Amino acid sequence: MASSRRPAGTGQAPDQRMEQPSLGVDYLCGDCGATVKLRPGDIIRCRDCGYRILYKKRTDRVVQFEAR
Amino acid sequence: MADEGAGKRRKKQDGKSAAQPVREEPSLPPHLELQRTHVIAGADVNSNTMAADAANMFMALGIDNSWSWEKFLKGFQLHINKLDGETLEFDIIGIDASIANSLRRILISEVPTMAIEHVFFVNNTSIIADEMLAHRLGLIPIKVDPDLFEWKTGEDVASERNTIVLRLKVVARREGTEIINDRVKSGQLEWLPNGSELPDETSCRFVTSQKKMVPHKIEATVSDILLAKMRPGQCIDLEAHCIKGQGREHAKWSPVATAWYRLNPEVILLQEVGGAAAEELAEELPGLIVVRDGKAHVTNPREHEKLLEKVRRLSSEHQWAPFLQLRKRKDHFIFTVESTGILAPESTPGLRLLLSPVATTISCQAPESAKQHRPTMQKWVPSAKPAALK
Repeated sequence: MASSRRPAGTGQAPDQRMEQPSLGVDYLCGDCGATVKLRPGDIIRCRDCGYRILYKKRTDRVVQFEAR
Repeated sequence: MADEGAGKRRKKQDGKSAAQPVREEPSLPPHLELQRTHVIAGADVNSNTMAADAANMFMALGIDNSWSWEKFLKGFQLHINKLDGETLEFDIIGIDASIANSLRRILISEVPTMAIEHVFFVNNTSIIADEMLAHRLGLIPIKVDPDLFEWKTGEDVASERNTIVLRLKVVARREGTEIINDRVKSGQLEWLPNGSELPDETSCRFVTSQKKMVPHKIEATVSDILLAKMRPGQCIDLEAHCIKGQGREHAKWSPVATAWYRLNPEVILLQEVGGAAAEELAEELPGLIVVRDGKAHVTNPREHEKLLEKVRRLSSEHQWAPFLQLRKRKDHFIFTVESTGILAPESTPGLRLLLSPVATTISCQAPESAKQHRPTMQKWVPSAKPAALK
């Protein structure tokens, strides 16, 4: 289940986090929606608009649901 | 006019038995015959609702009320009133309510179809939550013959024999002033005949392509069912796996939007209504009651369904009670089947399943003209005894 390999034909550009963890983690700005890459020790702040609330991205794993 | 229905039926029977050398069957007095064959609709309660099916019911009158194949054949009729791509309406006359009800229940909950059961989300940034979208996907009718697939139960591994894999991969984007893919529709579900593209996550592996098994492209019966709305930059990427199931487990597997029946209504004028009273009644029940030669006449009650409850009310009012009555034939069912589009209504296996002891199938008995999607009124009466009952 916990295969980190991205399967072929998935929606967005592959997340770099698993391959190169040192480059930081992508977050989404709560105001302008821009992607913000943060490394340990960085100020939590959007580089585009200065907004201080950032959201974690959705997991890149496949999530299963019952269609009921 | 009062006992027209019952009288006609008896006359018919007498006519037939006269041709045979056997002695004439004694018949019920008219008031009992009416109670046997009809439900009388009162103001707040229906009377004579029980089926008169006990063999010894009229034993004291010397009348045999037992069921027999010959009697059944004499009374049984099937009329197909309407047949188009999604609706079938037919009259089934001469059966017990329990049989009509089992047909209804079989159609709703026993006939298998294929429906989406597992949804694997790779990504969903749209506003609709994963579980809601999964639920909506499950309810989409998938146009494919369920007989082509096996049941997937318990420990069965998903394979090309029991699973259909559909993919939904949509990204909304802005193009000029327009937003492309702002509405995700069922037509965007794409069939993957070679199986899952995420075999590790879904543990679904196909050995061969389904293209050889399935004669046509698998898709939703209707391509414009709205699944989600998106803004530019949002995306949905998922795989939906369909399995075979029955309506009794979840309504998404039901092949009918619904199937129902009603008893054939009869509006009876117990006495002649003439003059001003006739005019007044015709005004109260427009279309259902017409005045001809100064007298009130009843037209076809089936075409005035919305007036029937008014007839019921009027028939309990002091002014009209001696003249007006609403009755329903106990063994005449007006059956309506609305298909979801997966199976043609006339081919719905439930009809075959239940009617097989009576007829071979409805589809083979349906008149040619009905098959060409033209509403017709044709009569079919079984002539031969099926092998099972011989």
